[in-house]
Amino acid sequence: MTCRRGRLALLVLLLAPVPAPAAEVVADLSSHLIAITTGFTGTSVVLFGATDGPGDVVAVVRGPEHDVRIWRKGKIAGIWANAESVTFANVPSFYAVAASRPLDQLLSPSAAALYGIGAVNLGLRPLSEGVPDRVRRFAEALIGVEQRAGIFAAAPGKIVFLGDRLFRTTIGFPANVPTGSYLVQVFLVRDRDVVSAQTTPLVVSKIGIDAAVFDIAHRQPLVYGAIAVLIAAMAGWLASLPFRSR
Amino acid sequence: MDIYLPIAEISQDVFVLLALGAGVGFLSGVFGVGGGFLLTPLLILIGVPAPVAVASSANQLVGASVSGVLAHWRRGHVDFKMGFTLLLGGIAGSIVGVWLFTLFARLGQIELVISLCYVVLLGVLGFMMGVESVRTILRQRRPGTARRRLHRHTWMHGLPLKTRFRKSQLYISALLPVGLGFAVGLLSAVMGIGGGFIMVPAMIYTLGMPTAMVPGTSLLQIIFVAANVTILQAFTNHTVDAVLAMLLLVGGVLGAQFGTRFGTRLRGEQLRFLLALLVLAVAAKLTQDLTLHPADLYVIPPDSRL
Repeated sequence: MTCRRGRLALLVLLLAPVPAPAAEVVADLSSHLIAITTGFTGTSVVLFGATDGPGDVVAVVRGPEHDVRIWRKGKIAGIWANAESVTFANVPSFYAVAASRPLDQLLSPSAAALYGIGAVNLGLRPLSEGVPDRVRRFAEALIGVEQRAGIFAAAPGKIVFLGDRLFRTTIGFPANVPTGSYLVQVFLVRDRDVVSAQTTPLVVSKIGIDAAVFDIAHRQPLVYGAIAVLIAAMAGWLASLPFRSR
Repeated sequence: MDIYLPIAEISQDVFVLLALGAGVGFLSGVFGVGGGFLLTPLLILIGVPAPVAVASSANQLVGASVSGVLAHWRRGHVDFKMGFTLLLGGIAGSIVGVWLFTLFARLGQIELVISLCYVVLLGVLGFMMGVESVRTILRQRRPGTARRRLHRHTWMHGLPLKTRFRKSQLYISALLPVGLGFAVGLLSAVMGIGGGFIMVPAMIYTLGMPTAMVPGTSLLQIIFVAANVTILQAFTNHTVDAVLAMLLLVGGVLGAQFGTRFGTRLRGEQLRFLLALLVLAVAAKLTQDLTLHPADLYVIPPDSRL
């Protein structure tokens, strides 16, 4: 699923209006793997690259896509309870943008919408059709919730140019970063339109004991449950030993 | 020092978790109850998703009750026949409870159900304990009040399947412990608690068991009910965070031992009054969260990213 989405995004890039052959951007990450270990409290990755001449650069980081159900609370008998919900299809689990200038200055709205640059341009679609006005409210709320959770970046990051060809930026990932295969897209922008693009993969993965625990919990839930019970029982028995005399 | 909890998928300070386990363990040692009814809401308050808090507390409970049963068993204060009769109901109750839990999770209402259960139970429990302890304190100032009758015959003694529980010196219908076990098993699955604070008074006042036998026997059946809940939650909802449970357990067993020693130095009714205040405070905080206008009207529950 994730993989197919990734390929689809690549396909969109390939089919996008063919840029002038000369225009080019190359970019890479300081690391292609974010390892979530026991001490993980968030990290950052450096994105760097070069363009073939003056122009602006925009980078978009997307996590693997999922269907997301968002609830709106309503007051029922004096208590705030989840009252109504909308499920959106293919919502990226992580989304961040960085640009060399404010987005509205360097990109035309149509180009931003075409390439999904900026959280408002994600084009969230509900799983089943609903009242457009209501769907739009829920979509805006979803972006707000994800921004407050830190997994949709609230403000675009800053891409810094060293001279007029080399650029770099730092992409921050919070402690609750979702795992999976990410895509980092780098766009070269001239005259308010995208003229070149490059996509780099990034993997966020649990490593070590945490990965093993999560893996067993989902693949062998019965074994995991039994082990969890046994370890707890052993720990309880061990704990009672020093106090046996009383 | 932060540690990443693999199932809860959040980073939490190790010392906060150890201190939480120790604090709850200390209270459970002082007051002689399991402490799960405080642990789960406290975990929710520090940001652990409610379903993970419930399932991991059940896991922690297995260890805590093994430790407790061994201590009581060495003094010969465990009625195994009664424990296993309670367990029959307990297993059935926990299966129904986990099924209900999964159902509410699918409806997007599990966080609400858990909070509501806690508000009602903690509110009632805190109120009753508060009233009882104040009454006891007042009665000591005015000595000479009438004693209650030791044994009263009610409809419960007319039930079929009468069974003899030698160790508890009882001859009662087996349906009573089975029904009690069922109710507590249900609560254990939905709320992540052992249910000691319901089980203990019910065993003393409803079944009429000797007080000395009650904590050990109650804990014995809690081991198996909690183990059953842990395995069922792990299997159906993938919400048991073993790392979280172990950290709580380490803090909990140490805290409980100190709590037990500390508890013997204090007066019972004053302790119960303090516990009542604490329980009511937690209930009030949870009620406030349910009734105040939420800061964010829209929510994405942890299990809705499909």
